Amino acid sequence: MSLLEIDNLSLTIGDTQILKSIELSVAPGEVMGLVGESGSGKSMTALTVMRLLPHAARATGRVTFDGIDILTATEDQMCALRGDDIGMVFQEPMTALNPVKTIGEQVAEGIRWHTKATRAEAEDRARKMLDRVGLPEAKFPLSRYPHELSGGQRQRVVIAIACALKPKLLIADEPTTALDVVLQAQILDLLRDLVAESRMGLLLISHDLAVVTEMADRITILRHGEVMEAGDTARTLSGQLHPYTRQLAQASMHVPARARPHLVGTDQPLLQVEGITRDYRGRRTSLFRRAPDIRAVDDVSLSIAPGESVALVGRSGCGKSTLARMILALDRPSSGAIRFRGEAITGKSEAELKPARRDMQVVFQDPYGSFDPRQKVEKLVAEPLHVLEKKPTRAERREMVAHALHEVGLGQRDMDKYPHEFSGGQRQRLSIARAIITRPKLVVADEPVSALDVSIRAQILDLFAGLNQKLGIAYLFITHDLTVARAITAEVLVMHDGKIVERGKTNEVLDRPQSEAAQALVAAAPDLHRAIARRMQEQG
Amino acid sequence: MTMHVDIPDETLAGILAKAFRNTAFVTGFVITLLILAMALISYIWTPYDVTKLVIADKTQGPSLAHLFGTDHFGRDILSMVMVGARNSIAVALVAVGIGVGVGVPLGAFAAARGGLVDEALMRVNDLVFAFPALLSAIMITAIFGPGAVNAIIAIGIFNIPVFARVARAGALAIWPREFILAARAAGKSSTQISIEHVLPNIATLLLVQGTIQFALGILAEAGLSYLGLGAQPPMPSWGRMLFDAQTRMVVAPWMAIFPGMAIVITVLGLNLLGDGIADILDPKSRRQR
Amino acid sequence: MTAYPLKRLVIAFATLVLASMVVFAVLEILPGDPARLMLGMNASADQVELLRTQMGLNAPLVLRYLHWAGGLLSLDFGRSYTYSVPVIDLVRERLAVSLPLALIALALSTIIAIPVGLYSASRRGRAGDTVAMGAAQLGVAVPNFWFALMLIYVFAVWLRLVPAGGFPGWGAGAWPALKSLLLPAVALALPQAAILARVTRSALIEVLNEDYIRTARAKGLPYRAVLWRHALRNAMIPVLTILGLQFAFLLAGTIIIENVFYLPGLGRLVFQAITQRDLIVVESVVMLLVAAVIAVNLLVDLSYAVVDPRLRTRS
Repeated sequence: MSLLEIDNLSLTIGDTQILKSIELSVAPGEVMGLVGESGSGKSMTALTVMRLLPHAARATGRVTFDGIDILTATEDQMCALRGDDIGMVFQEPMTALNPVKTIGEQVAEGIRWHTKATRAEAEDRARKMLDRVGLPEAKFPLSRYPHELSGGQRQRVVIAIACALKPKLLIADEPTTALDVVLQAQILDLLRDLVAESRMGLLLISHDLAVVTEMADRITILRHGEVMEAGDTARTLSGQLHPYTRQLAQASMHVPARARPHLVGTDQPLLQVEGITRDYRGRRTSLFRRAPDIRAVDDVSLSIAPGESVALVGRSGCGKSTLARMILALDRPSSGAIRFRGEAITGKSEAELKPARRDMQVVFQDPYGSFDPRQKVEKLVAEPLHVLEKKPTRAERREMVAHALHEVGLGQRDMDKYPHEFSGGQRQRLSIARAIITRPKLVVADEPVSALDVSIRAQILDLFAGLNQKLGIAYLFITHDLTVARAITAEVLVMHDGKIVERGKTNEVLDRPQSEAAQALVAAAPDLHRAIARRMQEQG
Repeated sequence: MTMHVDIPDETLAGILAKAFRNTAFVTGFVITLLILAMALISYIWTPYDVTKLVIADKTQGPSLAHLFGTDHFGRDILSMVMVGARNSIAVALVAVGIGVGVGVPLGAFAAARGGLVDEALMRVNDLVFAFPALLSAIMITAIFGPGAVNAIIAIGIFNIPVFARVARAGALAIWPREFILAARAAGKSSTQISIEHVLPNIATLLLVQGTIQFALGILAEAGLSYLGLGAQPPMPSWGRMLFDAQTRMVVAPWMAIFPGMAIVITVLGLNLLGDGIADILDPKSRRQR
Repeated sequence: MTAYPLKRLVIAFATLVLASMVVFAVLEILPGDPARLMLGMNASADQVELLRTQMGLNAPLVLRYLHWAGGLLSLDFGRSYTYSVPVIDLVRERLAVSLPLALIALALSTIIAIPVGLYSASRRGRAGDTVAMGAAQLGVAVPNFWFALMLIYVFAVWLRLVPAGGFPGWGAGAWPALKSLLLPAVALALPQAAILARVTRSALIEVLNEDYIRTARAKGLPYRAVLWRHALRNAMIPVLTILGLQFAFLLAGTIIIENVFYLPGLGRLVFQAITQRDLIVVESVVMLLVAAVIAVNLLVDLSYAVVDPRLRTRS
């Protein structure tokens, strides 16, 4: 007997069809993985079960939870279910908690509401629940406010709220997407334990096939609001009978074809970073006192040869983006020196930096935020031409933009469009076109594929690899994703607490990590191969 | 306080199409256009000459000859309302111009520089905000003499910190965006970035604030001329007309009703226009639909 | 004390000092001699000189400022030139009208606006919301002094329920006094209430779109409980900001409204003092009003910290 049974569910919002005849079930104690790329309708499926859809949404079909017909239940019945029998965990822990209420109030609130417990009883239960999710009273009293906790800790609070009354079903919508790999592994472990403890059903929603494979007994693969394939995790993923399943799995494990790394003479390093440190002033705690300075980057040295691809990996907040900004001369180091092609770039004026800027470009993570929405592609892609000594004429400029667009697989006609007319993947291509238009020697890419769906990610990685071969561009790839590092770079630097703790050949470091930080990263990183193999053993 | 700035990602044609489906915008736009037209027409034609006193026709109620009635000097109220529109609009518009012209560069500069420059500017802002605007306007016009020009200066000065604050808050929300970092990596100076990237992206915010300040300017001008500190007779102004009406409320209520309605409709039109623009350009309101 | 309240306190004090310098300087740089200005063009040189000495105008600038500022601190504002009484007496007498007027108006505006804003936000897009916000839109557009005239016409001239103007004084009993403050307070309050209702509604709607509202709904709280327990407190910050700003508006508003209703309040005092060039009264009353605005803004800043725990970081 299933706990949750979704039968022929269709959903429209306005005139847009969001879901088409969805079939899905979750049994008690079972983990059901719901996988799909962005826009596939995963979250809407979850919100339908919770009946927290936008007003304009219309659902048809049947959703049965524990014998109750969800779609026809009254709002009062739903309120009784939510938070008591069905708990839900959301993607964004930073905004999921009310900033003006303590974590104790927020956990106890649901308990008091549903059980009519006294304040003291509810607080007692809240205390136990917070302790259970790894926030012991001694370090995290109930009187803490959300802003005093980190992202991972806040997600634990959200889980405590969702599981406070031992729900029969927990819905977790991308619960770890906003967290780094080490935190992700911890949160997934916690969810797994909670499921095992109370025979709770878990509907785990994720875009990450590896995460779902590690967690789920059965999976349902969603695309454009339709179920593509569903079944036991091991059988579905090892068989890969459905073409879309195969496509997803292959894209997740994609490694661009690369010949040898393209090295252009190795006599002089392209980039040398020598013992740089960056301190931020501590926050003011009172008028005359400050917290001690925060050392974001601590005595880091590295060098990149022409044409070489280097990965810089580390957990979020380890200082890797600060390091990248200093290399790009967007931030000044507190001490140390950065040399580009042998010339110091630290402490120079913007005018003196122009030659260096020509040869050093950047690709950012967010394909949506990295373009001014008010300008056309031609102007956006041409922006770095600003640093050329001789200003190109309008015709020359159009020519150069057209060429750069061609190199990233876009057409000349795209020049007169606005950025919003492109998809996420295409925008990342635009980013790359902008980065290569001045024929740079070095491109710093800060998490360039982590906001993209897996199939798009594979294409963009191919593009990076191809440009390295063709133009001899060296890359500094900043990423928390080890598969990306492995796919595209030969050398890797592991950063932890502002320091480089390990460096070497990418494969060697990732296969046999020496430092504790690198070991933690490798152990936590979800790996589809490994996960399928383990599932195969378990499920036969 | 931080400000949330969403950048609409649409083309002009798309925005216009949406604009004409937005009731608030269309209503506000039409009202504003009509008031502007009325003010412009008054330069070439009014039903009666507003400078000529016809005592024989004094305090007549609305009729076909005088749609809005006449005042205590026998002047046609409709004609006076038309001419008064000129004064109100001119004062409020120029005052907005002063606010935008001085305030926006200041705010954008403070946001671009940050640190001490920013802190100093915000403290000056606090200082100006500590003076109730109308009180200071009364002081300025009373000290330097009543008249339209001094009214403009008095209202304009208090528009400066408003626009500085809005421009700064908007710019602060734009500066951490990745496309600004990209522009910096392309070697653009902070002035260039402010002009090329920041200002175009906060333009809509400023437009909305502009309509609000325009409306507030109309109200403030009416208040000043009601106290006898705005445009001086024989130039008609809405506030002055209300002052003249006050003691004659019992015998000639139309003297108060029509100029007041003119103010209400003008301000309403501008506010609707501002609401409409904000509504059209705010992606959040779109998502709801 | 933690950093935030202390910082606000220091800023408020600095603003007050700077404001006093500005007021002093403005009256200092006035075109012409203040004594001559006060006495008018027909005064003789001797009369002007006498007044200059009386006003201490012959002392050096800095000393004069310090003397004046010191006087303010000890509530010695000097003597009014036109009324020939200490300014402090005038102020005390006039405050007895203006302060109740402003407070009644503020209370009235808050009592009307917050429930309307709540109602509208929770019924977003439905008929009730449309009607309430239409009325608010109209209310924002109405100049308070014109509204006052209309109120006088309807309630005083036509219905004869309240006096059209004037103030009997508190000595005549509380009810007659309050009755004559009623229309002025309504005239001041309604346009402000319209603004406040709009701000309350949009602040609530903004908060209702936040992720944590969804978390609260997922806990099983019904919509109303979410509105009261989670949304309202978070929406308080913009509402408090507007309340603070409105205080300044109300103060300035009293200048016009007291003129409409012939109320012997602070606003009318300062307006008459300006037209009569009674500079000592002008600078004292202006300083008093500015100090009140700064104090209210400080109060608003401090109340942010009560509402928002992120502002009271532990030291």
